[in-house]
Amino acid sequence: MTEPTPLATGVIVPTPEAAARRAQSPLLQLARRRPLAFAALVYLALLVLVAVLGTVIAPYDPVSGNLAESLQGPSWAHWLGTDQLGRDTLSRLIVGTGPTLLYTGQVVAAALISGVAFGMLAGFAGGYVDTFIMAISDLLMSLPGMVMLLVVLTLFQDNMPIAMVCIGVLVSGFLMRVIRASTLSYRQETFIDAAAVAGLPTSLILGRHILTRQLGTVLVQASMLTGMALLLVTGAAYLGFGTEPPYPSWGLMIGDGAQIFGTQPMLMVSAGLAIACTVIATGLLGEGLRDLTTERWSGARARARAPRRLRRREPAMALEQVDQPVNTLLSVRGLQVAYGDADLGVVHGIDFDVAPGSTVGLLGESGSGKSATARAILGVLRNGRVTGGRVLFNGTDITGIGEFPAARRTELGIAYISQEPHMSLDPAWRVGAQLVEALRQHRPELSKVEARESALDLLEKVQMREPEEVFQKYAFELSGGMAQRVSIARALCAEPQLLIADEPTTALDVTVQAEILDLLRDIQLRTGMAILLITHDWGVVADMCSSAVVMRNGVVCEAAPIEVLFSAPADDYTASLLASNPAAMPTREQREEERR
Amino acid sequence: MNQKGENIETCLSVQGLSVDYGRGSRRRRVLDGVSFDVGVGETVGLVGESGSGKTTIARSVVGLTPASEGSIHLGGLELAAMRRRSRRAVAREVQYVFQDPYASLNPTRTVRQTLEEALYSRPEFSGRDRAARIDDVLLRVGIEPGMKERYPGSFSGGQRQRIAIARAMLPRPRLIVCDEPTASLDLSIQAQILELFIGLQEETGVSYLFIAHNLDVVRAVSHRTIVLRHGRIVESGSTEKIATAPEDAYTSALLAATPVADPEEQARRRSARQAGAFESRQRKERM
Repeated sequence: MTEPTPLATGVIVPTPEAAARRAQSPLLQLARRRPLAFAALVYLALLVLVAVLGTVIAPYDPVSGNLAESLQGPSWAHWLGTDQLGRDTLSRLIVGTGPTLLYTGQVVAAALISGVAFGMLAGFAGGYVDTFIMAISDLLMSLPGMVMLLVVLTLFQDNMPIAMVCIGVLVSGFLMRVIRASTLSYRQETFIDAAAVAGLPTSLILGRHILTRQLGTVLVQASMLTGMALLLVTGAAYLGFGTEPPYPSWGLMIGDGAQIFGTQPMLMVSAGLAIACTVIATGLLGEGLRDLTTERWSGARARARAPRRLRRREPAMALEQVDQPVNTLLSVRGLQVAYGDADLGVVHGIDFDVAPGSTVGLLGESGSGKSATARAILGVLRNGRVTGGRVLFNGTDITGIGEFPAARRTELGIAYISQEPHMSLDPAWRVGAQLVEALRQHRPELSKVEARESALDLLEKVQMREPEEVFQKYAFELSGGMAQRVSIARALCAEPQLLIADEPTTALDVTVQAEILDLLRDIQLRTGMAILLITHDWGVVADMCSSAVVMRNGVVCEAAPIEVLFSAPADDYTASLLASNPAAMPTREQREEERR
Repeated sequence: MNQKGENIETCLSVQGLSVDYGRGSRRRRVLDGVSFDVGVGETVGLVGESGSGKTTIARSVVGLTPASEGSIHLGGLELAAMRRRSRRAVAREVQYVFQDPYASLNPTRTVRQTLEEALYSRPEFSGRDRAARIDDVLLRVGIEPGMKERYPGSFSGGQRQRIAIARAMLPRPRLIVCDEPTASLDLSIQAQILELFIGLQEETGVSYLFIAHNLDVVRAVSHRTIVLRHGRIVESGSTEKIATAPEDAYTSALLAATPVADPEEQARRRSARQAGAFESRQRKERM
């Protein structure tokens, strides 16, 4: 390679704000953006410090007490009171932190290692390995926890670390399942293939791509496990396993406290609070870290703000009759659409008309606002709203159509087909049942038998070769082209005057696309329905439309009959879009000839 | 041989390649005895509809899908017989650009990390050399090297595809397999990316095996074109010839079905289609 030559323009430079955010240390970010998680981190850090210092900072000897001072409440001498042997509760709490945290850590570490390693192995290796590991996981989950705990503790009474590791493995069954499931989904990702193409060995792909990708899941599971392990460890201590009395641990203190709860609840309350706070803190910290690791790469704040209820137009009692330009079926006037809480404008006052029986193309690239326009006309803007302008249909102002019951919309005579025919069909119902339902909604007077006849009729109209057979099928049994025919049939149920087709053939093969376009044209000839065809394909526009509207960044660049649009585009953007059509690019042979 | 009959060196040679999916009774052949060559510095387009086997060919060439029969020769390696262990050796010779630029970059890794990983197969490059190569390739694909510490999430689809192309270029492979690299991009971005592919080839002499369902896209980048259907080659030849004078009925049907950006021509085609006997013949074939 010689001197590098930038082949394209439009290089983006990072914003100073983004750069500054990256420069911040993770700790500072946590403090600023997740104050609760940061507080939890501080609490846990202090707890570890207390555990390490232990006897050094304890005000009294935790083991021996003064019987004369037994069962005292809080005082200046004993902040948290004393127990039945007159030992200082605060000192016992401080010194008891060490063993409690140590055992908890052992359980968590064992559970994490076993759960993550075996879960990833099962998910990635598949086959017999998967079956075997999942059988073990099922076994672990079906064991009665308390009984197993007692068995393990009794077996390894003299060696607590081994007992804790065993408990960790015993509780890791669930984690195995969670990690296996997310490994299964991540190993399907294209970037795993890309890593294999780069020549990485499997071990590196697992560690670098699959493990880091599910770091968030692991963090949350780890914090949940910590809470559970802490409760297990205190439970075990309560039963007399773990730290040997007279040495203190939180669980032992709970045990002592339970005996004297009636006379002096302070002991129970202090140990209980310590445990509860620690469990809550691990939960908060896990969640905060998960969010932070996700935000680092996702760019967006992972914690989405709760969607605020959007201000809505007052629902009108009836649709308003208006004067509409002559010989138009649909007239869009100054339409403005905004999305989200911030009312981010995506369509900024556009105008166009659709004449009865005509096909109008709505062209544009992603972000041009073409789909938002279609959704606004249909009244199905999710998380968005019409902020200005009017949509007139057949002499009626339908701008607020979203407020009206769905039946009203089909009565008006507007139908819709989408890019993903499979998505728009209900996977749980047979094709026939969905058609019958749509038909009876439009014409309630139809009996079931009549509706069935009409549905079969419609399937024939969309040129299905075996209507009876298709009637009995589920959506997943249909090819893309067949599913699109079914959604067209469903759209025809309402005998629409206008069909809004959003990229109806983009997901289909070219030969199937040609069939679907022919079908739409054929139906149009027979029924006189108008089509608003949203597309990015100039060929489809040339094939289907009589005129087209070109959109960019939410405004109309040009609206013209297609003869004009293709031969003499008035707008620069339209011209450049036409020139981007790969069919307009020179072939390799032409390039080589040009160079000579 | 290229389209003008000049002898050019062969880069990739695929002979009698067959691929089966599934096991036992559910085994079915998705690719049936496909043979073709790709010359050095040449682009060969693979065209076909869904189920034609074009992506299967692409995946076999980089070893993501094992071949059942046949051979794939590339730079002294027999790829069809390769095992997973030799991934690294394969990675120096052939790279892959995936269709979806959103899915093919790991969102949790920065652009620099992703590109460094692409050099895994080239341990001979030194540390400083690696960094320089990454900056160089980023400039070539039109991404400011200062942005390499960012995550893929902050790039647009077109920019991500540029990064994916940079990743494929980095190990200096002889061949890059491009699997519908512009299918999920906007029209104007698609044109820029196609120009980028052509420009990189003219600079470096890399070969492309270029897969697309859109005949126009293949026409713009390929010297030669292969038309596939149901796992077999139905026609191959110079792109010019396939696009203007196809011999096979299926190729003609594909061409006729691809709408052109010319209303008059489309109207002509439509009337030809409506009158045409060939469509009903096609329909019978499908049934």
